[in-house]
Amino acid sequence: MSKEYDYFDHDADIGIIGKGKSIEEAFESAAAAMFAIMVNADALNCRELIEVEFEEEDNEFALVEWLNKLLAVSHMKHLALGRFALHKEGNIWSGKAWGEKWQRDLERGTEVKGATLTMLSVEEKEDHWEARCVVDV
Amino acid sequence: MNMNFLEKIDDFTWTVPLKEGENRSKIILYGSEPLLKNMDDKVLEQIRNVATLPGLVGQAMAMPDAHWGYGFPIGGVAAFDADEGGIISAGGVGFDISCGIRCLRTNLMMDDLTSTDFTALADALYHQIPAGVGREGKLKLTLDALDNVLREGAQWAVHHGYGISEDLAFVEEMGKMKGAKPENISRLAKERQLGEVGTLGSGNHYLEVQKVEKIYDQEAADAFGIKEGQLVVSIHCGSRALGHQIGTEYLVSLAKAATRLGIILPDRELACAPINSPEGQEYIGAMNAAINCALANRQVLTQMTRNVFEALFKGVKIETLYDVSHNTCKEEIHFAGGRERTLWVHRKGATRAFGPGHPSIPVRYRDVGQPVIIGGSMGTGSYILAGTKESEERAFSSASHGAGRAMSRHQALKLWRGKTVVEELAQKGIIIRSVSMRGIAEEAPEAYKDVDLVAEATEKAGLARRVAFLKPKVCIKG
Repeated sequence: MSKEYDYFDHDADIGIIGKGKSIEEAFESAAAAMFAIMVNADALNCRELIEVEFEEEDNEFALVEWLNKLLAVSHMKHLALGRFALHKEGNIWSGKAWGEKWQRDLERGTEVKGATLTMLSVEEKEDHWEARCVVDV
Repeated sequence: MNMNFLEKIDDFTWTVPLKEGENRSKIILYGSEPLLKNMDDKVLEQIRNVATLPGLVGQAMAMPDAHWGYGFPIGGVAAFDADEGGIISAGGVGFDISCGIRCLRTNLMMDDLTSTDFTALADALYHQIPAGVGREGKLKLTLDALDNVLREGAQWAVHHGYGISEDLAFVEEMGKMKGAKPENISRLAKERQLGEVGTLGSGNHYLEVQKVEKIYDQEAADAFGIKEGQLVVSIHCGSRALGHQIGTEYLVSLAKAATRLGIILPDRELACAPINSPEGQEYIGAMNAAINCALANRQVLTQMTRNVFEALFKGVKIETLYDVSHNTCKEEIHFAGGRERTLWVHRKGATRAFGPGHPSIPVRYRDVGQPVIIGGSMGTGSYILAGTKESEERAFSSASHGAGRAMSRHQALKLWRGKTVVEELAQKGIIIRSVSMRGIAEEAPEAYKDVDLVAEATEKAGLARRVAFLKPKVCIKG
């Protein structure tokens, strides 16, 4: 699955933009954007799998929840993540992510502390979905 | 910032006139015209939002180093009265709860060390101080032990061999924040912290060996025990994963609660609850525990630093000069509206700056005022200031906390390469050690405001007076 992401400027922190054909894909792209701040995904050997699940009816809160859940679980398991898949059924969001353990020769970027509610938006555009927020670094 | 929005009170104090029909408290922005001109308009929007929150006492304020944050601007100060419906805001404290600076005084002078010594010191600090994303600390705590850290703060660290009791006298709250409720913190937040006590983190966090370059106020410098040419160490970090996770969880839960509690939020990131509500009290208990986490973290790092120096330099003595937090909300007594009141003062990216005579200041410094530390970028330098009496009236005893970013990380990445920045700083005699070249580029000195202008404006606005300028010699970045 091709991932499309970008960034927007914020004085102290970083704005992320995830795009996709569906809301789930846009969220997957947003996760890729966030983890790319911490690690070069191309250098990762994505063999380890983690799974997250949560319930949220509000799409915007769901984006923040998805990103923060990934941050928390990857942190606990000492993983740098590079691939993401998300599925939504009703208000239940089930996600998977793949990555590898942090190790010495993996170039380290800047740690993301959390996804914030600033400039938070999840919108369906004409031909794609777009998910945005500022992440605190 | 569009200066047309502002009305000048004096050269370093500005306000924003009320628009017709606008319902908010007064706003004060401190800073010189050039500093304010360079601030993003978002600072104004955010401080205006803060001024609409219930129970605000006096005015919503922005410090001279203010920049665009989330919810509150960074450099935002606001005090609330619980008895008048005042609120506590997770967005007014920030993700990195109790992020701050520990400044250590050494008995070494610049001339005592050769360039080889500085290189050896940089290498040893780089190897011993865990820094950067994905790096774990040396301490591995159990959940029970972590609960003790959250209750006891830096006192826990000293009791477990990380530091000396003399350190604690020079840490805010004597190293232990009262009212900490570890039970208000999720298991996930705690589990994330088990390997994080004693880690520096990344982003703008650092450990620097600095030379006292210039003294502005001899009396205060004498009290703080510093003179020109002396080496000091500054450690900038916070409550690590625990603080981040608490911030994350409470931001969302308080944002959802605000509607239920009848608070209209102009920005969801201001997520708040009345201080006198179960939700507000729950966050306060968690926040206080996170403050202890940060104080313990900086205490452990202090001892690790001390160990590195002692292994390298015979007879070296490392003492805590002071430890200040700059992402907090604290219950304090202030004189406002003609009477003494207990207020909850949010300082997000702002430092407490009690003036001479305040009972919370260690006796050694009480006559000159509380040490205030303004951390600058890795290439320029930092300032130690002292709190003033005037600051009590002007800003509930608050002052600037850093240089403040002048441009986004994204812009910085386009302009600089980490390797070039390291080489350029090496030519200026500043040794940088970091696991992240991207981090170095994002933190390039020119990406920050001029720290000299910030310190000068802080003094001229009456918030704190300059005591010493510190020049970096060694910088360990996460």
